[in-house]
Amino acid sequence: MPQHTLSVLVEDKPGVLARVAGLFSRRGFNIESLAVGPTELPEISRITIRVHVEGAALEQVTKQLNKLVNVIKIVELDPAASVQREILLVKVRSDLESRSHILETAQLFRAKVVDVSPESVTIEATGKVDKLQALMKVLEPFGIKELVKSGVVAVGRGPRSISDRALRAADRPA
Amino acid sequence: MSEQISGAESLVRSLEAQGVTDVFGIPGGAILPLYDPLFDSSIRHILVRHEQGAGHAAEGYAAASGRVGVCMATSGPGATNLVTPLADANMDSVPMVAITGQVPSGAIGTDAFQEADIRGITMPITKHSFLVTNPDDIPRAIAEAFHIASTGRPGPVLVDVSKDALQAQTTFTWPVQMDLPGYHPVTRPHSKQVREAARMILAARQPVLYVGGGVIRAGASAPLRRLAEVTGIPVITTLMARGAFPDSHPQHLGMPGMHGTVAAVGALQKSDLLITLGARFDDRVTGKLSTFAPGAAVIHADIDPAEIGKNRVADVPIVGDLAETLPELIAAIEAEQAAGAVGDYEGWWALLNRMRETYPLGYDTFDDGSLAPQYVIQRLGLISGPETIFAAGVGQHQMWAAQFINYEYPNTWLNSGGLGTMGYAVPAAMGAKVARPDATVWAVDGDGCFQMTNQELATCTINDIPIKVALINNGNLGMVRQWQTLFYNERYSNTNLESFRIPDFVKLADAYGCYGLRCESPEQVDAVIEKAMAIDDAPVVIDFVVHKDAMVWPMVAAGTSNDDIMVAREMAPDWSGEED
Repeated sequence: MPQHTLSVLVEDKPGVLARVAGLFSRRGFNIESLAVGPTELPEISRITIRVHVEGAALEQVTKQLNKLVNVIKIVELDPAASVQREILLVKVRSDLESRSHILETAQLFRAKVVDVSPESVTIEATGKVDKLQALMKVLEPFGIKELVKSGVVAVGRGPRSISDRALRAADRPA
Repeated sequence: MSEQISGAESLVRSLEAQGVTDVFGIPGGAILPLYDPLFDSSIRHILVRHEQGAGHAAEGYAAASGRVGVCMATSGPGATNLVTPLADANMDSVPMVAITGQVPSGAIGTDAFQEADIRGITMPITKHSFLVTNPDDIPRAIAEAFHIASTGRPGPVLVDVSKDALQAQTTFTWPVQMDLPGYHPVTRPHSKQVREAARMILAARQPVLYVGGGVIRAGASAPLRRLAEVTGIPVITTLMARGAFPDSHPQHLGMPGMHGTVAAVGALQKSDLLITLGARFDDRVTGKLSTFAPGAAVIHADIDPAEIGKNRVADVPIVGDLAETLPELIAAIEAEQAAGAVGDYEGWWALLNRMRETYPLGYDTFDDGSLAPQYVIQRLGLISGPETIFAAGVGQHQMWAAQFINYEYPNTWLNSGGLGTMGYAVPAAMGAKVARPDATVWAVDGDGCFQMTNQELATCTINDIPIKVALINNGNLGMVRQWQTLFYNERYSNTNLESFRIPDFVKLADAYGCYGLRCESPEQVDAVIEKAMAIDDAPVVIDFVVHKDAMVWPMVAAGTSNDDIMVAREMAPDWSGEED
């Protein structure tokens, strides 16, 4: 099934994430990754959701999300017209022999080494989902001790901001 | 400086400012502060016997009047007892506000006595839910709750208020500025879509007006009738839409669905254009979805964009309030007609009239002189007349009440369509009678349903709410028994309630201060109904002891195609030769 990246602007209120997550599970939609954080507007948070759904189901997800009172705006970000990034921290098993190979790999992927111990190297990498997948493929043979990903965050290319119009919507008298 | 009042007082004033006149509820620890100022308020609080009764009463109140129904309960079990009516109201788009007390904010999250996360519990079954812990937020939360409940697609909203917020001092100002940046229901239809719909309607040869409960919620019965008459197109009304279009109207083919008329189901299956108005292609209407109305294009007008395309692809989607959409659609059709376009539905009507004449609704009577439940319900409708409000429970009696009573006006047929909540009838009838005290209100209930919520008869008697209950007592969970008859080899596992014997419903009615009557033969039916109609000083319960083997027909078995509708057991209608 195709993957879609949705940027969801929500009111920064208690329970909003539970509503969004609950909606996905209740309607049987699968979340691949989810990232939540503040935006340039203090009263608005942004949830970036990656989902595996077909076209008609995507429309239904979007419409159902729109029905949540605390959801202000939903935009699907086309990979070609947006920058989509994820951060990965991975703790790789290493000894004196393998360490230099690991460091080389990290360099190749423009990843940073953020922690070193006699038995491990921790690498921080940022990038598109497929780049991080490629990095992991190379690192796996060394032995992965621990892995954590942030979930994808994404922003549209060009000068326009998706929160411009949302802010105007917020100003509109109810 | 503004006057200092308690949060509880502010909440009562907010309800008064909102125009609330009646509330159904039960007090308890966390909501006690609210009940003190409520004692002095002009608002009538009706003390129910179970919170579920309060919730369904609020639903019945709303469904009968179009006003927002209000119920109240305390924290924990009081609030969780509202879960069923909230889910029910959510499925059937009933405007309702539930106010619950919550433990003090400092105790939230500690598993305090009578603590339940009711906002969290009700997230998937309400249109929205609030938790208020700051007394200053109370008026805005109430204003927003009523606004959300009553606009767009109506639905239930829960406002949970912590006890300390009710007790603390605050100030009260009204009106309040609402802050709902994400809530903007679309009410005005897109005129291009409306024109396209008009064009398709006049070009179609076998169109059907597939009318759902949204027409009633939108108060759009009058323009619906005009649309039907301007075009001459046949009308079908779903279970939720009974009364949206007069049953006496010659263009009305009845109810579609699992227990719909052959003509209504047949019209959908053979149609080339469904003009879907405030309906949602529920599985009880469509049968097996992939074989539903296979030759039809779809116009789908609804205020909820998420309903459009959810179950069936719409060729012309129209998002908007039907009260605005229908007049615009009529104008667009009249413009097309003025330009010379004429709908030709003559052949279509010939086919439908044949179906209607060949397969009218009917039922079996019994040789042993026992009562046919359909006969009881039919007489009830005829004797009490078209101004009467009927509230039904869920099951066979509900289907018969939908089939055999003629509804002429919107908001006269109340039932639990989406959730199918047994026990809805008595409290909903109570709520309807409070909203419309001059109307005759009958609960048509089954013996199974009745035993789930009949404690509200005490509420009715004490508060002078003289509802009437027609108990269709077949001693069994009749619809479940019917399925056991048809699909489980007549193995009647746990469907015999023995309610011919226990309880004695006449004595039960008597114990609740109601008039209790019993009717066991067809000859007694009219007299007993007339007797009940003459009583207006207390609730009446008539125990109609009916034959347990009566079944609801026609029937489209669950999961099968509408094409396989049966008019009686092992009897399919003959549609051969009906192909166009």
